[in-house]
Amino acid sequence: MTELNAVAQATIAQAVETPAAAAASSASYETVGQPFLDSGAKMSMRDVDVFYGDKQAIFNVGLDIGQNEVLAMIGPSGCGKSTFLRCLNRMNDTIDICRVTGQLQLEGQNIYDPKLDVVPLRARVGMVFQKPNPFPKSIYDNVAYGPRIHGLVSRRAELDEVVETSLRKASLWEEVKDRLHAPGTGLSGGQQQRLCIARTIAVSPEVILMDEPCSALDPIATAKIEELIAELSENFTIAIVTHSMQQAARVSHRTAYFHLGKLIEVNDTEKVFTNPDHELTEAYITGRFG
Amino acid sequence: MSTSSLFVTLAVLIAVAYVLGRGRSMALADHSQRGFRNLNSLPFYYGMLTALWCGIPSLLLVALWLMLDGNAIDQLLIAQLPGEVAALSHAELGLVLNNIKNLALGNMVGANPEPYMVEAASTLTALQRSSQMAMTVAAISVAMVLSIIAWLRINPQQKARLQVETAFKVILLACASLAILTTIGIVFSVIFESLQFFKTVPVSDFLFGLQWSPQMAIRADQVGSSGAFGVIPLFVGTLLISLIAMIVAVPAGLMSAIYLSEYASSRVRSMVKPALEVLAGIPTVVYGFFAALTVAPFVRDSGVWAFEFLGLPMQISSESALAAGLVMGIMIIPFVSSLSDDVITAVPQSMRDGSLGLGATKSETIKQVVIPAALPGIVGGILLAVSRAIGETMIVVMAAGLAANLTANPLDTVTTVTVQIVTLLVGDQEFDSPKTLSAFALGLVLFVVTLALNYVALHVVRKYREQYE
Amino acid sequence: MNKPSSHDTGANVENTMSTIDKVNRNLAKRYRKEKTFRAMGIASIAFGLLCLVVLFTDIIGKGHSAFLQTYIKLHVDLSTEMLYIDDPSDPHQIAAADYQGALKEALKERFPEVTDRRQKRNLYGIVSNGAGFQLRQMVEENPALLNTQLDVWVAADDDYDTYYKSRGEGEAYTGRFNEEQISWIEALIADGAVKKRFNTTFFTAGDSREPEQAGIRGAMMGSLFTLLVTLALSFPIGVAAAVYLEEYAPKNRFTDFIEVNINNLAAVPSIIFGLLGLAIFINFMEMPRSVPLVGGFVLTLMTLPTIIISSRAAIQAVPPSIREAAMGIGASKMQVILHHVLPLALPGMLTGTIIGMAQALGETAPLLMIGMVAFIVDIPGGITDPATALPVQIFLWADSPERAFVERTSAAIMVLLGFLILMNTLAVWLRKRLERRW
Repeated sequence: MTELNAVAQATIAQAVETPAAAAASSASYETVGQPFLDSGAKMSMRDVDVFYGDKQAIFNVGLDIGQNEVLAMIGPSGCGKSTFLRCLNRMNDTIDICRVTGQLQLEGQNIYDPKLDVVPLRARVGMVFQKPNPFPKSIYDNVAYGPRIHGLVSRRAELDEVVETSLRKASLWEEVKDRLHAPGTGLSGGQQQRLCIARTIAVSPEVILMDEPCSALDPIATAKIEELIAELSENFTIAIVTHSMQQAARVSHRTAYFHLGKLIEVNDTEKVFTNPDHELTEAYITGRFG
Repeated sequence: MSTSSLFVTLAVLIAVAYVLGRGRSMALADHSQRGFRNLNSLPFYYGMLTALWCGIPSLLLVALWLMLDGNAIDQLLIAQLPGEVAALSHAELGLVLNNIKNLALGNMVGANPEPYMVEAASTLTALQRSSQMAMTVAAISVAMVLSIIAWLRINPQQKARLQVETAFKVILLACASLAILTTIGIVFSVIFESLQFFKTVPVSDFLFGLQWSPQMAIRADQVGSSGAFGVIPLFVGTLLISLIAMIVAVPAGLMSAIYLSEYASSRVRSMVKPALEVLAGIPTVVYGFFAALTVAPFVRDSGVWAFEFLGLPMQISSESALAAGLVMGIMIIPFVSSLSDDVITAVPQSMRDGSLGLGATKSETIKQVVIPAALPGIVGGILLAVSRAIGETMIVVMAAGLAANLTANPLDTVTTVTVQIVTLLVGDQEFDSPKTLSAFALGLVLFVVTLALNYVALHVVRKYREQYE
Repeated sequence: MNKPSSHDTGANVENTMSTIDKVNRNLAKRYRKEKTFRAMGIASIAFGLLCLVVLFTDIIGKGHSAFLQTYIKLHVDLSTEMLYIDDPSDPHQIAAADYQGALKEALKERFPEVTDRRQKRNLYGIVSNGAGFQLRQMVEENPALLNTQLDVWVAADDDYDTYYKSRGEGEAYTGRFNEEQISWIEALIADGAVKKRFNTTFFTAGDSREPEQAGIRGAMMGSLFTLLVTLALSFPIGVAAAVYLEEYAPKNRFTDFIEVNINNLAAVPSIIFGLLGLAIFINFMEMPRSVPLVGGFVLTLMTLPTIIISSRAAIQAVPPSIREAAMGIGASKMQVILHHVLPLALPGMLTGTIIGMAQALGETAPLLMIGMVAFIVDIPGGITDPATALPVQIFLWADSPERAFVERTSAAIMVLLGFLILMNTLAVWLRKRLERRW
């Protein structure tokens, strides 16, 4: 709880204290590029505002995420991209003071409908976190956790199969098949993160949210995860927050640029990195701030 | 001079020494053009140095004297007693000494004290008076001589600050080492008397005996019919009551901690937590009173009613283990809850997020992720709670019985190690009877068991914390 | 770079559909479990709070009546013949006069029908044994009362006190009373000659075998002296030890050993400290039994770990930048500690000390071991006078068979809890008021 609140505090501090924020927050603005899709949107968000207490962290964001698309969200730290991502499966519910307004829909269903149940929502929209967070259980139990709690399988053999498939999809199977009952915390950082991905896909979600999944990893482990994202995009819709512009360029189809809680530009990744429409995006891409 | 006025005198001397030392250093400084800069240290340190030389040796002397003069006077007194009295056994000699001391204080001792006693009493008074006198003279002269020497040695080159700082550090170290001294004191006080006890009662009889009845025959002609000192019934009683307490405290404490840290809003938490902590602040004697006068009769009455209703031919004692255990459990609830609260909040939020992000409900997350992650810490906390239950005294003294029954029936009366220690040691006791000494053997057992539990528990908890730091 | 695959795999859709169906199928059951779990949490907290409420209502319910004492109005004849005084100007004679006799006479006059000797003795028992002293005090203060007849309110005996107090609420306590005894007190009540007044004796007297004459003053003074000794020793020693461990101690085995000792001592049962006191202070050093001085020593050893641990936390909370700033301008270690660290850490240390003192105030077991459990009537005047302590007094009274001691025990508990609440409030207030956040 405290850890999260600290994150929230930091976000608030940045959102408020940066001088540019004051200038940018006063005026209404329009996202440039193509935030909305004509068809095939898996998730669509309109007019999203997020508040921590009475401080606003996200301003009037509208965005679509397409079916089987990899959408990258980039931007300087504290720009609200993680906060926005956490809205997509209501992980922000765990922070008491966080309040979300606007329309957020998953296949036409309102995510923030008070009557909506977050448990099946999160089964459909899974999440991979910044720091690898395997449970203090065996590798097998880590992956089997989701199917077990949701009652997805009825027999042991089926569960074994799910675990194996998920670990294979996360390209971890070959490395751990001989020690499935060793603790998951004993793996290396990159392996742990792939274990967390395997854990997420074992539930067969429709959308996977990734919050800077490689920031705690070394370059080799990062390369593996990036490869994995490319493979996963065949079956899943993926939204990934990243600090690394190279990573966004390598793995994503579309890229969204956030700046101080505002969605500045959304375009095809190629376009964003070669010929951005907005000067802020260009400034960020060319490394004038970050 | 009485001891308290001696302390006052010494305090005055210390203050005078400080002023004089400081004054001398300032006078020395005035003689040179550089003023204070001529001195190695500030005048304060010269004053402190003189005061320390005045105070510390003399106070140590007084402390040592007070500690040892009683025994020394006894030895001198015994040497003066008539031969046949001095040859008496240790216990009887102690009795005689006691009578003489009472006589010296002007208390009545029997109808007609023997003449040698009256004589010894006056010797005792004289000895005490001269001891007091000698102590006063010695302490004051040590204080004065040493402070004069220190005063004379003051010169601008003297590194007074360094010396005072070293003394400061040594004093702090001595205070910190008191913890070690206390442990040694405990170990010695229980081991010394226990060894004497084990001379009369073999260790194996003590540890594995099934019967406990420490009432020894007092008269010499009954020595053969000694009491039984088998500690097993006490262990069983202690464990039974502790077990009942843990059955109450662990689920209630753990679930409260879980609810408060995972579910409750911060407003509810800020109100409920202090309220539960009030339970921890209530003295154990109050719980004892509550157990003996309210809970025990309630348990007995409801037991009688229930058995009548069920038609069972069972009995429930008015000093049942159940009543004492229940109340002890209530006392331990906040203890378990605050320890578990600490370890549960130490589980990183990322772990909860991982589970919630998969669509687990809160209780699934708690049961399958948070608790397993916090388990070592929780186990450590429970061990500390067990150690506390085993060592708890007042509740069982007031609400549990004295009968050392070897039973696992919670409706029966049992007794505990602590109850027996209190029963054996409260009131007058002779230090030579196995009955009294057995209390120290029980104390030894209690100390060893709780020490082991604490050590393991603290170790487990520390390892757990390091894992998430 | 992969572009979004435009062809959706039909199998994928079917797969996810079935997943969500499976999830939904189990939801009801899972939410039931969630509710049960939550309810268990609430039930546990409710149980804890209920215990607290029951405990307090039980104690207050039993104890509140002890703050009142029943008094009986008697018409007493204070003539010199009645009191066997020859010379009313002689203070010795006034002091030694037979006031109890005057009371007995007054009772005899009020109930002339009582003639049987046993019954007469019962009748005289209606007023407290201490009533004679009360009369003597009145006469000593005002000798003019001699040779007058007047109405005096005297304290009732404890059994009648209990009877009168329990009269209003359902069935009255009759204890060992016979018919006549009840009829006497009822007659007095009908006369309006019985009333309840604030029980000052309870706060001004020492212990007594007679409940209506017993008070907690002696025990309170004993506790006060014991705590003074404890405070005078444990605060400086505890702070010094904490300063050493935080500021000086090198990282070595000896320091580790000190720390292990402190942590273990914090969890050693208090009765063990009593054994230490008995064996070392009383048996080996031959200090006197039952005195606050030794009690203070034992409680010092017991509370030291608490004080050391909280003082260390307070010192740790002082940011290193302060130390560095002071050292940077050439302050010595001792100056840094005395001028900067200690003043800043003081509120935290005081808070810890008050909590340690509260612990010491409620502690009973070690005091039993060193003999502070004797029956002591006199109110102690110093740290070397025999004394008991408030919790020990509670223990002693709880053991007494007289029913009137139950309410006095509960009242003593109320006083003890009052002090504890006061101390803890003070600690909380200090923490809020003085502790600064960095």
